Amino acid sequence: MSKREFKVWRGDAAGGKFVSYPVDVEEGMVVLDAIHQIQRQQAPDLACRWNCKAAKCGSCSAEVNGKPRLMCKTRLDSLPDGEPVTVHPMRSFPIMRDLVTDVAWNYTVNRKIPPFTPKKDTQWLMQQEDVDRVQEFRKCIECFLCQNVCHVVREHDKKDHFAGPRFFVRIASLEMHPLDSLDRIPLLKKEAGLGLCNITKCCTEVCPEEIHITDNAIIPMKERVVDRYYDPVQIVIRKLTGKDKKD
Amino acid sequence: MSDTSLASASASGGPHGLGATDRRDSWWLGPMLVFLGLVAFGVYSTWAAWTGTDYLLQSHGAYYLSPFYSPDVKDLFGIAPPFSFAFLILWIPLGFRATCYYYRKSYYRAFFLDPVACAVGEPKGRTYRGETAFPFILQNMHRYFFYLATIVLLFLWFDALRAFFFTGPGGHLQFGMGVGSIIMLLNVIALSAFSMGCNSFRHLIGGKMDCFSCSGAARTRYKLWKGVSVFNLRHQEWAWISLFSVGLTDLYIRLCCMGIIHDVRIF
Ligand code: SF4
Ligand code: SF4
Ligand code: FES
Repeated sequence: MSKREFKVWRGDAAGGKFVSYPVDVEEGMVVLDAIHQIQRQQAPDLACRWNCKAAKCGSCSAEVNGKPRLMCKTRLDSLPDGEPVTVHPMRSFPIMRDLVTDVAWNYTVNRKIPPFTPKKDTQWLMQQEDVDRVQEFRKCIECFLCQNVCHVVREHDKKDHFAGPRFFVRIASLEMHPLDSLDRIPLLKKEAGLGLCNITKCCTEVCPEEIHITDNAIIPMKERVVDRYYDPVQIVIRKLTGKDKKD
Repeated sequence: MSDTSLASASASGGPHGLGATDRRDSWWLGPMLVFLGLVAFGVYSTWAAWTGTDYLLQSHGAYYLSPFYSPDVKDLFGIAPPFSFAFLILWIPLGFRATCYYYRKSYYRAFFLDPVACAVGEPKGRTYRGETAFPFILQNMHRYFFYLATIVLLFLWFDALRAFFFTGPGGHLQFGMGVGSIIMLLNVIALSAFSMGCNSFRHLIGGKMDCFSCSGAARTRYKLWKGVSVFNLRHQEWAWISLFSVGLTDLYIRLCCMGIIHDVRIF
């Protein structure tokens, strides 16, 4: 068994700092194990959110050595040896205490998205090729790491005008659904602020479910917004044929 | 919370200052390589287009046309502007790449530092509008550059195939192959692989549909969409491979024209 130094951010909305803790390291340990050991042996009041420890509940998001990660999916042997491991709460959300942030903004955004609404007299039969594309998006565990890393939120603080990558994924899953009847393209362009995304792909880089957020959700949605609002030929064709709804 | 805004929670995001991060890996390496790669290509291609010379190799019966000078509008249509005619064409591939989703990512990061890398701070005091305002709102015209670039690509295919025909002693064209023919063919394959992975193309070919199984036409488009998706997955790689291949093809032809190297005829 070896020892390793952990620098864990401690504090609340008023401020805080990194506090050092030595941790006994065993083979196969993940960062969340170390946090639990610190709670058990040195700091019982250390606040941290977790549930499944299997990378499926999306609760233990934090920034390990500066990178947005799930603590339960970050093995210690994947981090550089011989230097302390830093654990900081997600930087884009208000801090509650220690590693716990208030992610309520995400739920507020979520409620604004009109849910799945089937067509009238839907035949509830789907082909696999129609399911595949949306199934990727269903893997989302709502860890909000993508929301946290996105510079539109993190650096430009556009929470009031931007839904964020997690919700572009959700909207894409509804828009591409063959049995859904609603049109969320105006929502995407206006309230959800899809145009604020500059496709720099940090959301994709951090997604623990490896969803191709940018390539498979955001860019296809941007192209649909182009169809509707920017492509002059399509706009003229729609005007001429009187077809102003989605295909 | 007003009904048109998405949030009410108090914000804790905000500018952290350029380079502010807890990351300890070499996050600056990627953007630096992109910066150097794009600057190097920009300088070389501008110079190569500017010269207006050494773009067509015709020695030993060969006919190798530099991709920067294709189509040869001077030869084909007699268009001879007071500057190098390459500029009459080059805005098309330039516009195609400048509005390409992959290149956008790379230059927003490497040139505009917006963001320079993930979870790394940006310069303070900038107004951010993303792609909602001029000039970046023009990125929405990417598909039109795709259409134009596809026309240019057809000319490049013609040039690459033409490079396999050599003028024989009696003035007849003979099938043959030189190192230059192979280089030109590989280049046009790389350029095609780049175009095939274009996100706008992927949308237009089938991605815009919600139902892939609803008609015979939809099923065909689904298959095409699947094919395009294969190239799309490697769009970044093809972007760089084709950028270098196009520069190196010009360089090869240029050096042959200048007599610095000699094309080897294989048969
Ligand atoms: S690709 Fe868009 S949504 Fe994803 S992190 Fe970058 S700016 Fe944000
Ligand atoms: S899309 Fe990925 S990173 Fe974003 S909330 Fe879902 S699982 Fe987490
Ligand atoms: S997205 Fe890269 S060429 Fe269209």
